[in-house]
Amino acid sequence: MRKYIIKRLLLVIPMLIGISFLLFLVMHLSPSDPTAVRYGLNPEVSNSARENFNKLYGLDKPFLEQYLNWMGRFARMDFGNSFIDDAPVREKILSRLPATLLLEMVSLFVILLISLPLGITSAVKKGTKFDNISTITVFIGYAMPTFWLALVLIYIFGYKLEWFPISGMNPWYFQYLSGFDKIKDVLWHLVLPVAATSFGSLAVLSRYSRSSMIEIMEQQYIMTARAKGLTENRIIYVHALKNALLPVVTILGLSLPGLISGSFIFETIFAWPGMGRLGYEAIMNYDYPVVMGVSVMATLLTLFGILIADITYAFVDPRIRYERKK
Amino acid sequence: MVLCKNIKIIKRPLFALQTAVVLLLVSCSPLYSQEKEDAIPRDAYVISSIGDARVLLPMLADDATSAGICGLIYNGLTKIGRDLNIVGDLAERWEISGDGLIITFYLKKNVKWHDGAAFTADDVKFSFEKILDTASGSPYISGYTDIKKIEVVDKYTVRFEYKQPYSGALVKLGMGIIPKHIFEKEPDIRRSVYARAPIGTGPYRFSKWESGQYMILEANEGYFEHAPGIKYYVFRIIPDQSVEFLELVSGGIDAMRLNSYQYKYRSETPEFSGRINKYSTLAPTYTYIGYNLKDPVLSDLRVRKALSYAINKKELIDAALFGFGEPCTGPFRKDSVYYDQSVTMYEYDPEKAKTLLAEAGWKDTDGDGILEKDGKEFRIELVTNQGNQEREDVATIVQREWAKVGVKMEIKVVAWAAFLDQFIDKKKFQAILLAWVIPIDPDLYAVWHSDSIENGGLNSISYSNKEVDKLIEASRRELNVEKNAAICHKIHRILAEEAPYTFLFFGYSQIGINKRFSGVDPAPAGVGYNFEDWYVDEKEVKYKF
Repeated sequence: MRKYIIKRLLLVIPMLIGISFLLFLVMHLSPSDPTAVRYGLNPEVSNSARENFNKLYGLDKPFLEQYLNWMGRFARMDFGNSFIDDAPVREKILSRLPATLLLEMVSLFVILLISLPLGITSAVKKGTKFDNISTITVFIGYAMPTFWLALVLIYIFGYKLEWFPISGMNPWYFQYLSGFDKIKDVLWHLVLPVAATSFGSLAVLSRYSRSSMIEIMEQQYIMTARAKGLTENRIIYVHALKNALLPVVTILGLSLPGLISGSFIFETIFAWPGMGRLGYEAIMNYDYPVVMGVSVMATLLTLFGILIADITYAFVDPRIRYERKK
Repeated sequence: MVLCKNIKIIKRPLFALQTAVVLLLVSCSPLYSQEKEDAIPRDAYVISSIGDARVLLPMLADDATSAGICGLIYNGLTKIGRDLNIVGDLAERWEISGDGLIITFYLKKNVKWHDGAAFTADDVKFSFEKILDTASGSPYISGYTDIKKIEVVDKYTVRFEYKQPYSGALVKLGMGIIPKHIFEKEPDIRRSVYARAPIGTGPYRFSKWESGQYMILEANEGYFEHAPGIKYYVFRIIPDQSVEFLELVSGGIDAMRLNSYQYKYRSETPEFSGRINKYSTLAPTYTYIGYNLKDPVLSDLRVRKALSYAINKKELIDAALFGFGEPCTGPFRKDSVYYDQSVTMYEYDPEKAKTLLAEAGWKDTDGDGILEKDGKEFRIELVTNQGNQEREDVATIVQREWAKVGVKMEIKVVAWAAFLDQFIDKKKFQAILLAWVIPIDPDLYAVWHSDSIENGGLNSISYSNKEVDKLIEASRRELNVEKNAAICHKIHRILAEEAPYTFLFFGYSQIGINKRFSGVDPAPAGVGYNFEDWYVDEKEVKYKF
């Protein structure tokens, strides 16, 4: 197992080089460049000022040289500075990461809390009214345009009823609040964004757990358990559930990058200061260092997410072994 | 940093607010009038923008948000007054030598930096030398390259010597001055911590910046003019405009820019009209259709004139801008002396358009409603950028109007980056629909001079007229405003005559501001030009610290 993990970890290096090169290439292939987007039709910015900007940021150098420079800095864990505000990319990411982590982790927790019991109950009560209603509800959530749902929630609960704040994570007078009020305030600001992000995502996990539970319930060992005269609760929660949750492990592993990359749509509508907005704004401004920083982090987490899912699989599922037994 | 520990937010139901407005009107009568001198800064003004500020150094700030915040933190030697006139800011007065080559500024003596250090002529010299240093990477460097020498005469006198007279000098020298004692120790001003936690001389000092969320500025009570009336200037980032609107109406923010639709149709509710005042001022922008003069069809003056006559500008303004615009005939600000009000060319006249097209040889020979010449149909492609609904509406209306005179127009809407790269830079277009922001200084060199056709200039329609070139150069060297205005009037008339653009309209800038703020004065310079004079009546204060 240790050998396997080391091999997988070493594989990350060539993959990262390949992916980052492709990213760099795609960015440079897209029409226009950082200077043109920034100063394109500004009569107050002369051509020589634009050339000076290119020189200052090394944009006048050939593509490969730019990539190697980036790679060299990256190897020393330096993501460079943003073209837009000259702030170090690492600092920019670190200042936005907590907001995204908070929102995404709370949402994930809420999604797990609702969708797993929902899926399992639906499976156990397959074909009943409960199953039908829950199926329809989660599919409505899945099919509904998320930005629309977010706006409706804001309009009803934020604007009309004034139960929750309309937007933002912290109010500007956050620093004047006492410690306890600060926590209360953050939770209060979390309600609508979490509701909006969770509702649309209930479908995936609840459907996965439902179908895998149904499959398990038809297995012969469940029949054996029933024949043994075990109670239905014991069959479901002790024998079936463990196996039914296997696919969920994969999904959780793959949702790791989503935890840090955030969602541009929700962060925009709720004015949430997270990674999704950072990445999107960087792309729109051709801010290469930030785009590279954000995407390399997402790449790394995707690779680790898959690795962790694979390893957990080996632990929870005895049928899976990554090394031949001697 | 902010010292207060507690905040009290007073929420007022709508009906109470309305009575409060009545009270406010009473309190505005001379009997109760508030004496400005003893006003203590209070309350907070919360405004929002869709994007974060970038850098808080005036010489580097190249986006509206950063530039706006820099305007509250820093001062220049000069500034733009209420009616777009140039007035002294850090400069008490100035003298211009007879040949226009030497400008001497006499500085105000009671000015202090936010950290307590005294402001002197050394700061002025340092600031402009920093702009001229290519290592600073200031995008505005070309506005200062005519400066030959900057000389500190004494602590409060500074002299600029120019290589040649430059009419834009006084406007350009209004660039915010940065503190020498802070930045002389910084190897790279772009990456200095003071570019994100600035020290200036202005009415507001920097307090806090939460990236992606908000920024707080605090009143500088020792400001050399007078302490501002509002204690905190808060800038929130709300990327979605419909959410921003809900925040405005519910009081989460105190002001926002409104689009014409919101201004006209969304402001009728009692929630809005009970809490928000609307202001509208002429914006320094004009929208135009530019014709590629290298195009064989559009290089014909009669054709361009015909296309201009075929557009009903008034209808266009009513339909696409809900009436919030003014017809435009030339490239200067309509409310400035440089704009020739007597030029009223291209009033809507479709018959004249048809006659002109017929003169140019375009006739509908096969009766399908589209004109032909030498067997080719009159087709024209109009390119515009994506993401601007108003512009797309304008394009659709123009398409219909041109169809009436037999011109088949196709609209192409392209994302901004690709629009610049594929069409503007390569000059591969027939007609473009775009807008220009008009600077205070009426310098047309970058857009209309024939030198700007190549080398990355902005004359992408390839307009070239020797006389206009000479007039633009003369305008650049003329420091006398009246004489310069006369030159600009000539340029205005020639450009209208030659119709390289169809100048469409000037837009309006519209803003909604919470009613508790008094002292708002919509003027040609905009709504916020006198922000330090705004105040909130004691009874109206929302945020108590």
